[in-house]
Amino acid sequence: MRDWLAQRVTAAIMAVYTLIVAAIVLMNTPLKYAGWQALFAQGWMRVATLLFMLSLAWHAWVGVRDILMDYIKHDGLRLTLQVFTLLLIGSYLGWTIQILWR
Amino acid sequence: MSSAAAKKPRPKYLSLSALLFEIRLPLPGWISILHRISGALLVFPLAAWLLYMLDASLASESGFEKIRTHYLQLPIVKAGLLLFIWAYCHHFCAGIRFLLLDLNKGIELRQARASSVAVLVVSLALTALFGARLW
Repeated sequence: MRDWLAQRVTAAIMAVYTLIVAAIVLMNTPLKYAGWQALFAQGWMRVATLLFMLSLAWHAWVGVRDILMDYIKHDGLRLTLQVFTLLLIGSYLGWTIQILWR
Repeated sequence: MSSAAAKKPRPKYLSLSALLFEIRLPLPGWISILHRISGALLVFPLAAWLLYMLDASLASESGFEKIRTHYLQLPIVKAGLLLFIWAYCHHFCAGIRFLLLDLNKGIELRQARASSVAVLVVSLALTALFGARLW
């Protein structure tokens, strides 16, 4: 998939997840631990959250890489920042899996 | 003809001082640059911060209560959360505007300006709304 299209598809996935989760949370305020824990204990919610984070990872990589290509002219610095970005996004994914399947 | 145009030095106004003092960036341009700034802020540090809170709030009941009754009451944390809410809402609304522009909707100058105002107003209004709930 081309970056341009990937950016839009991942955005749409994240937008749908955002609206669903925002609706659930706003309908259940004030939030209690039992409800919060039960929400993330459901299989569909865990998978949906993981798909959201995978979309975020892809979306953030394309977006940050575009920003770095536009503003960082020094090749070595840009490469360094790109590697840091990939490591950061990768650790977000690892952390998410750890949180969801504890 | 085309080579002459290519050789002419192109003006570049990417510096912050030029953006603030030398040129007047049209509103759709501000929406675009704020889309980048909010996106960058969301990747770092806001995403890491939200994962931290998700982690602590799901780890145990005491962790959840600590976040809810102590951490989220701190003014600096509320301010940070407000920044997150604005960045998310702005990125969301501006993103929808860009999707509509891709579909050739609202590309006339007047509509493009009107939708820029709408993005700014709606995202600030949503921030105020969620901010009011937060406080």
